[in-house]
Amino acid sequence: MTPAWNSTRWLLSHTPGSKVQARLGRIYMGWLTFRSNPIGMTGLVIVALLVAVAILAPWLSEHTPFTQSLPDRLRPPSHDHWFGTDELGRDIFSRIVHGTRITLLIVCLVVIVAAPLGLVVGSVSGYFGGWLDIVAMRITDIVLAFPRLILALAFVAALGPGLENAVIAIAVTAWPPYARIARAETMTIRHSDFINAARLQGATHFRVITCHVFPMCASSLIIRVSLDMAGIILTAAGLGFLGLGAQPPAPEWGAMVSSGRQFMLDQWWVAAIPGLAILIVSLGFNLLGDGLRDVLDPRSH
Amino acid sequence: MITVEELRVDFRRGEDILNAVAGITFHVTAGESYGLVGESGSGKSSVLLALSGLAKEWSGTIQIAGETPTERRSMDFCRSVQMVFQDPFGSLHPKHTVDSILSEPLSIHGLGDISDRVSAALTEIGLDQSFRFRYPHQLSGGQRQRIAIARALILAPKVILLDEPTSALDVSVQAEILNLLSDIRDRRGLTFVLVSHDLAVVAHMCSRFGVMHLGELVEEMTVERLRTGEPEHPFTRQLIAAARGYEPATS
Repeated sequence: MTPAWNSTRWLLSHTPGSKVQARLGRIYMGWLTFRSNPIGMTGLVIVALLVAVAILAPWLSEHTPFTQSLPDRLRPPSHDHWFGTDELGRDIFSRIVHGTRITLLIVCLVVIVAAPLGLVVGSVSGYFGGWLDIVAMRITDIVLAFPRLILALAFVAALGPGLENAVIAIAVTAWPPYARIARAETMTIRHSDFINAARLQGATHFRVITCHVFPMCASSLIIRVSLDMAGIILTAAGLGFLGLGAQPPAPEWGAMVSSGRQFMLDQWWVAAIPGLAILIVSLGFNLLGDGLRDVLDPRSH
Repeated sequence: MITVEELRVDFRRGEDILNAVAGITFHVTAGESYGLVGESGSGKSSVLLALSGLAKEWSGTIQIAGETPTERRSMDFCRSVQMVFQDPFGSLHPKHTVDSILSEPLSIHGLGDISDRVSAALTEIGLDQSFRFRYPHQLSGGQRQRIAIARALILAPKVILLDEPTSALDVSVQAEILNLLSDIRDRRGLTFVLVSHDLAVVAHMCSRFGVMHLGELVEEMTVERLRTGEPEHPFTRQLIAAARGYEPATS
């Protein structure tokens, strides 16, 4: 092995020697663009911190998020309780720290359900066109026509409050924009020569859609998903605030804001700290989405 | 190898029907290179679309490699008829490497030795192995067109349909690509149908060609007759005059 082996040169090679090297080189080029974008990097740092806090939650907090201590209720921020205590004497700092897990869980579950659903609906209807397209897009329009939070509320009201139902409700209302984007991308490429070439080689529709159409939709979808994550967090917090999301005593941020509402004037920290956490995290996802758009969107170059 | 009789191709957009090809007839024997020449909009590309089965609405008779092309191409048809498109920037998937572009047809048809076949295909079209894992955006127009040719060849077809294979390239690269195509044809005994607006390209590649004008095949000629005799149809004369280029007005 040569000591002068240089990982940067290997990544940026114009003559990659394997599929893996070609792919990594491409990702590295994107990373170089992304790194030079301070807004995107700020977002990435916030999101990375969120993930780190969620993983390390038990080690970061001295108190458990559930231990009640009525003599210590509504204490202001101090050395012992960094963010103070709530109306049941629980340490707000550890509740915020443990709340990151709930927030991340909701975001991930919604994205895992909604993004693939939108991608499949949009690319299939854009690819085949005709009556299939008309039916699928009218259904999409119907779902889009409802205000998102109201529709989520209706679903949760029908299914019963709880974290899983909140996730289902948000996912059901989140897929139509993805379907629209995937359809638009698919329509621009469905008559292109590389699709025709694949058809001439005998590729089935399934293969054309999964191997040729999906990769072309991926970048716009990733951008949109990362920008939507803030909205998902807000919707989840909104449901929690209304008591329809995660149920007590789970340290869900929206529910924490809601319970702090009655002490707003005298004990501001009970509501303000979780509110600030929601603000920072949604800001982080928005900034990350902006940065990703600069890297992935071919039209922005 | 190819029989086309009374071929009509229509494009429908809403209520409007555009008749692109108005009943043309021609035959191509195995191993022959047949050209279709005409200006843009003369319907020559529509003939290729019908031959490849990509055109939806056509009538008449087409027999190509023993089959009638339809929208549902049989696997045998795919293995005997392939096409090279005009624009090498649009015919390669921008997110696939050369390696995956060339291996895809092999895996669709369940052929083995994918890695060996891909590297043999690269050698055949005159690119070395360092191109194998590049993306199309890292290649020049001529290199991309070579990859498109390799992709058409990799299933070892009998017929190759060429839709203006050089018109998107610079003049110096055009000659390279045309020579590569005729080398491969001679080596593999392929049948070509070449569509071009450039009479010089057709005369270089083909032994016989048809002149298309407004959706009709106005004249069929051999290359010898192009050199010696006079064409009959006035449009053919016009094309030849255009191909000779900027001759002094006095001659």
